[in-house]
Amino acid sequence: MSSNFDVIIIGGGLFGSFTGLFLARSGKRVALLERGLVGAQSSGANFGGLRLQGRSPEQYPLSLMAQGHWENFDGLIGEGCEYDRNGMVYFASSEASRDRLLKYASSSRACGLEIEIWEGDEVRRQLPWLTGSGLTASYSPRCAVANPRITTPAVVRAMTRAGGQLFEGTEVVGIDQGQTSFTVSTPNRPPMTAPVLVNAAGGWAGTICEQFGEPVPLFSAGPPQFVTEPMPYVLKPSVYAIEGDMIIRQTSRGNFIFAGYPRTLANDDGRHTFVPPQKTLNGMRAVGTHVPGFRNAEVIRVWSGVEGYLPDMLPAIGASQTTAGLYHAFGGSGGGFQIAPAVGECLALEICGKKAPVDLSPYSIGRFRSSVEASDKLMREFDPASSSR
Amino acid sequence: MNSALPPVIIGAGPAGLACAKALVEAGLRPIVFEETSRPGGQGTRRLSAAMSSEAIRFMGRRAAAATAAREADEDRVLAACDWRPGTLVWGIFGNHLEIVREGRHDSIPYNQLVIATGATDRIMALPGWTLPGVFSLGGAQVALKNHTSFIGKRIVMAGASPLLYLAAAQYVRMGARDITIVDTARPAGKRRAAFGMAMTSPKTLLEGLQLLLELRRHRIRRINGATLVRAVGAERVEALDIRHPDGTLETISCDALAFGYGLRPETQLAELAGADFRFDETLRNWFPLVDADGRAGPRLWLAGDSSLTGGRVAAAQSGRLAALSMIASQGSEVSDAAEVRSLRGSVARLRRFQAHMAGAFPWPHEAAGDLPADTIVCRCERVTAGEIRDAIRKVAGPAEVNRVKAITRCGMGRCQGRYCGQTLQELTAATCERPVADVGRLRAQAPVRPIPIAASDNDGHQP
Ligand SMILES: Cc1cc2nc3c(=O)[nH]c(=O)nc-3n(C[C@H](O)[C@H](O)[C@H](O)COP(=O)(O)OP(=O)(O)OC[C@H]3O[C@@H](n4cnc5c(N)ncnc54)[C@H](O)[C@@H]3O)c2cc1C
Repeated sequence: MSSNFDVIIIGGGLFGSFTGLFLARSGKRVALLERGLVGAQSSGANFGGLRLQGRSPEQYPLSLMAQGHWENFDGLIGEGCEYDRNGMVYFASSEASRDRLLKYASSSRACGLEIEIWEGDEVRRQLPWLTGSGLTASYSPRCAVANPRITTPAVVRAMTRAGGQLFEGTEVVGIDQGQTSFTVSTPNRPPMTAPVLVNAAGGWAGTICEQFGEPVPLFSAGPPQFVTEPMPYVLKPSVYAIEGDMIIRQTSRGNFIFAGYPRTLANDDGRHTFVPPQKTLNGMRAVGTHVPGFRNAEVIRVWSGVEGYLPDMLPAIGASQTTAGLYHAFGGSGGGFQIAPAVGECLALEICGKKAPVDLSPYSIGRFRSSVEASDKLMREFDPASSSR
Repeated sequence: MNSALPPVIIGAGPAGLACAKALVEAGLRPIVFEETSRPGGQGTRRLSAAMSSEAIRFMGRRAAAATAAREADEDRVLAACDWRPGTLVWGIFGNHLEIVREGRHDSIPYNQLVIATGATDRIMALPGWTLPGVFSLGGAQVALKNHTSFIGKRIVMAGASPLLYLAAAQYVRMGARDITIVDTARPAGKRRAAFGMAMTSPKTLLEGLQLLLELRRHRIRRINGATLVRAVGAERVEALDIRHPDGTLETISCDALAFGYGLRPETQLAELAGADFRFDETLRNWFPLVDADGRAGPRLWLAGDSSLTGGRVAAAQSGRLAALSMIASQGSEVSDAAEVRSLRGSVARLRRFQAHMAGAFPWPHEAAGDLPADTIVCRCERVTAGEIRDAIRKVAGPAEVNRVKAITRCGMGRCQGRYCGQTLQELTAATCERPVADVGRLRAQAPVRPIPIAASDNDGHQP
């Protein structure tokens, strides 16, 4: 087996896997290196939301492009990911959050998304199980869900069928930069060399950036997720409180999955995010308050994951600003699952010297050279107390 | 301030109760949490009100008298404890236990913790095992002791487990006659194991042999060395198909089946409290790492079957040892060194007995590789052996049980892998052609049992 490649990708999450797939399909010799098993980190642990509503306007081109791929996932990948175009509802219960909801709705529409607004009796009719009066809701039929646990392995299989090589259990512990190529060392294989290196190391991408002189304010965290035992299937769309304290959906097999902010910082070992009991209780209380019908249901499982967040809640995608041949794709910041197919395709095109259909400049790593503003989304979704666990 | 916290015991079986007794004798007032409403545990589960009038019939005059005295003693001990039955400990985080009692949550700080959560039946999936009417051997005992009820009228008890003969004898004493015992262990293995058992605990071996005699007196049919092929039935179990050692097949008609292959420790809470694990080659399973006194960490002790199966006597002795070790660790009055030595010796000996017994009642690990594709492995999520094999054999497929769980949902449901985890380990190992020690074990996660959403009304975390 040759250890010379055209592209070495570090990280077998969904960003790295889709990048590998599109590169392999354009004929590149790809090596995908994954420390553990592919899709076992945030790409496998996430909520599975393919949410389009409420994205920042600069993300829409990427998001809509990605949704096209999700809608054709079976054709693109050759097997399914339990994709379900179930639609998504935001609801707001206060005047201030109603304003935000309407603002999101108009920016979503301006970007080409179809949105229905429900008020008063219409909310009652659509969501009779929700408490509160004076609710406003926005509904987007194009939002969807998929099963994250099976998605990344499926994409990786497609990549290997296209000729890409997968190396699991292979941690990159050193990168040497030569004149025209990178040499990557791992504890278990001979060094591998390629002129192009992709940093798709998720919550661990920061050390690679640092090595190449472009540090990023990346930190690892995950939102807690809860699942109930299966119940009769009644809830088609995913429903999000715009305040973020409750996000809920039902799988077709009957389990309700819910999530709630604030997020939790990863453990000191950086490989796990324990959900503190207080967060479990907060999540249960939020769901019991919004949906009293749940009070007698039981939570059977709780989990979270480790993913990379950047303070402006946008990923870093594209060429390095310091090092020729180095590319980045990390920092999903809570929404990376949905955009991953487009991230992979755009980055692959750029690596092949072609123009990506979406302008990647908002995602450039160069933005961290000047100081970056923390977005108000970041402020809302993390509580300062969470840093002390 | 923390050293002022009372010691906490989780589980009021023989191990937890003996531990409580020793702590009470030392002048302490431990908190004792128990998930069920009464003390007793599994093997020594207290009889229901209706059954207790039948105690002599159920266990014999001498045992009934001894049990009554022991239970009265336990009640006296619990009266001197902060006794909290009906309390589920669902998580351990930092130095707090997260509990639900009467539907309400609370959070209890601790400084010294003894986990004595016992064991449950070790199950190898069998085609048809999810049919109504199929029980674990332990479940058949619960039906009798707790619910004063047989699991059926024509019963088959099967597998390889010390519970096999015990459960059958208990049913016979209460008047059940149509019972067939299918012991899957080979007689030759039993004979070999008997030597080690006789060396380590002749008394326990004798008790077992007496059960066999008792069953023979009642002409209970017993089949040795057969393999379980499948439980069959349309709406519920109607028969068990077995294969005799000579290869002939037999269909045993029945309306209830109880089966199991020994015990597996309940270790989820120990794991959440920080215990490390080791793989035991003889028992082919994972056990928490403890020292001779059951200590598993600076603030953590494990006692009874939850650390290593050893039976009732070993459980009680290990509970007492844990208490003495805990008291010594506080720098209090040094306990009787001779007693500690003799307890350690006895616990170690009884646990060696269990290791020999594993030879007499072998875990049928090879059955996992042969499970038909449509056999359900995970009954909570209805995941079949075929689905698991397919997932493993794919490119980028899982080769470790937690990944198999993520991909197939096996072990993700209500019981959190308690009943499918053992089959999953063996099936993963067989499919990957790797040693079972290399395919991992299901990680524990809080909540270890389902928790009601309304319990969050009181979060117990006062700001
Ligand atoms: C609980 C949770 C819920 C979420 N919900 C949603 C949602 O509903 N919708 C949505 O769109 N997004 C959601 N997200 C975000 C989304 O999951 C992530 O943005 C996305 O999966 C990131 O993909 P990735 O490939 O960058 O990272 P990862 O999937 O984390 O992949 C990075 C990989 O790199 C590997 N790696 C790291 N260092 C090395 C090294 N030195 N050598 C080799 N390999 C290495 C890691 O092992 C890992 O597999 C959620 C995230 C979490 C945690």
